[in-house]
Amino acid sequence: MSVATVRGVVVSEWTKVWSVPSTLWTLLLTVAVSVGFGRFVAGALSGPDVQGPADPLFAAFYSLTFGQLAIVVFGALVVGGEYSAGTIRASLSAVPRRGLFYTGKLLAATGIAVVVSVVTVFVTFFVTQSALGVNGVTLSDEGVPAAVAGACLYLTLITLFATGVAAMLRNPTLTLGILLPIFFLGAQGVGNVPGLKSFAQYLPDQAGSLIMHLAGPQDDPRWARDYGPWTGVGILALWAIAALVGGYLVMRRRDA
Amino acid sequence: MIEVENLSKRYGDKVAVDGLSFAVKPGQVTGFLGPNGAGKSTTMRMIMGLDRPGGGRATIGGRSYRDLREPLRRVGALLDAAGLHKRRSAYNHLLWLAQTNRIPKTRVREVLRLVGLEDAARQRAGGFSLGMAGRLGIAAALLGDPPVLLLDEPVNGLDPEGVLWIRTLLNDLAAEGRTVLVSSHLMSETALTAQHLIVIGRGRLIADTSVREFVRSAAPSHVRVRTPEPERLRDVLAAAGFPVKQASDGALEVYEAEADKVGELAAAHGVPVYESAVRTASLEEAFMRLTGEDVEYRGGGR
Ligand SMILES: Nc1ncnc2c1ncn2[C@@H]1O[C@H](COP(=O)(O)OP(=O)(O)OP(=O)(O)O)[C@@H](O)[C@H]1O
Ligand SMILES: [Mg+2]
Repeated sequence: MSVATVRGVVVSEWTKVWSVPSTLWTLLLTVAVSVGFGRFVAGALSGPDVQGPADPLFAAFYSLTFGQLAIVVFGALVVGGEYSAGTIRASLSAVPRRGLFYTGKLLAATGIAVVVSVVTVFVTFFVTQSALGVNGVTLSDEGVPAAVAGACLYLTLITLFATGVAAMLRNPTLTLGILLPIFFLGAQGVGNVPGLKSFAQYLPDQAGSLIMHLAGPQDDPRWARDYGPWTGVGILALWAIAALVGGYLVMRRRDA
Repeated sequence: MIEVENLSKRYGDKVAVDGLSFAVKPGQVTGFLGPNGAGKSTTMRMIMGLDRPGGGRATIGGRSYRDLREPLRRVGALLDAAGLHKRRSAYNHLLWLAQTNRIPKTRVREVLRLVGLEDAARQRAGGFSLGMAGRLGIAAALLGDPPVLLLDEPVNGLDPEGVLWIRTLLNDLAAEGRTVLVSSHLMSETALTAQHLIVIGRGRLIADTSVREFVRSAAPSHVRVRTPEPERLRDVLAAAGFPVKQASDGALEVYEAEADKVGELAAAHGVPVYESAVRTASLEEAFMRLTGEDVEYRGGGR
């Protein structure tokens, strides 16, 4: 695989993304939902009689649990959309080496996910913190840099996890039918139900989102885990890698 | 040059392609014929490296498709499903295809002009008529100016003008020395386009021959004779060794004979002949006779 060959595939994958409204919308929605919802939560937490949130980053990062749903849709469409639109055969005719094709897709998806994640996290952070005024934190406060970097990492990894699952299932609708409810319910605290917790804390979103809580009080039972925040990111990364490898094996073996 | 050697494929219990071998030569249009479900599309997908063969192999210029670098420059294909994203414009569809194989953007404009879609370039493919989608598919196949073309039922859904356009285009491409394989389940259409034929049924090879040879061997022509004394003429002809059948209107159909010989025999025995004509079986008849035992799905009862 020469660099030029890989570059051609990555560029074509980027063209596929911007030339279809649905994928562009998922990216715009990721930013818009996170920022908009974050601003709303921050506003509710910064009235005159409000004490100020116990976790000043909550406003920023609770909203990401909604924004993530949009970027997860993007992740599922990157590979899965080829199966639902029927373009997979044209794609594999143009790039018959499955490893090259998959690599090109993942490079493009990762690049886009990183950029959108960073923009989303930073804009959400600054908008929410300025709305919180004196109760807000700055990037130099303790725990904040790691939480912000972790949030970017979280969004990117959860997107790639969705990409891998969709590559395994070869069906974006089925993928989203499974992932979106899990991520949505997880964000609403279902993972904290006593009987579920010992297992649910290892789910990709539950593990990866722990790092966003670094700036708040560390004794909050909702965030109690059997592992630390960076281990949590590691667990999410393992989920993403497992899904991507699974997706590759399916792509390599199955007929198009 | 496309070479298929002992190619097989099964889906579950269903054998789609069964030990198929043939070669497609450059410089002529080769028709790939078979009734519905014969395995044409499956064979083409295996040549394209999309489906993994259960056995055997398919090569293009001696190499398997997956080993071709920048394959769009070597092989152009139109597969049975359109394979277009409904919301993507024709131009952008060709653009991403071109980018995968480092084909310049100017070529995208060129093929759009070639297929007559330059005015629809910015329209979404979802709004295209069958004919326009077909033209876009042809544009995609021609993008890399490939020496080998593989088209699965390209005339499907085209109006007579479109059919004529494809026929002319394919013959021009073959005349330039390219290898052109076109599948169809219509013999009559294929005979007008192709010079060579590969006929399959139930995944097996039935014939690999020139169009002319195919027609002659599959359904020989016969001489049709109208006479007031059919019994007598029939005996005369039978005695001379010609197979004879009587048609429902009483006329005789004489096989393996030339009209001159039939006339001479009738005159020699004093049998009056009102009418004598050479009948050539239609291509569709020839095709159906050949694949008769291999038609998988018949209309009505079996
Ligand atoms: N992906 C698949 N899964 C299961 N069976 C399949 C698959 N593809 C093809 N078949 C079966 O294999 C056989 C050959 O199908 P194929 O599409 O290759 O035929 P064809 O000659 O192209 O027919 P048509 O003229 O209808 O296009 C059929 O019986 C079909 O049902
Ligand atoms: Mg077919």
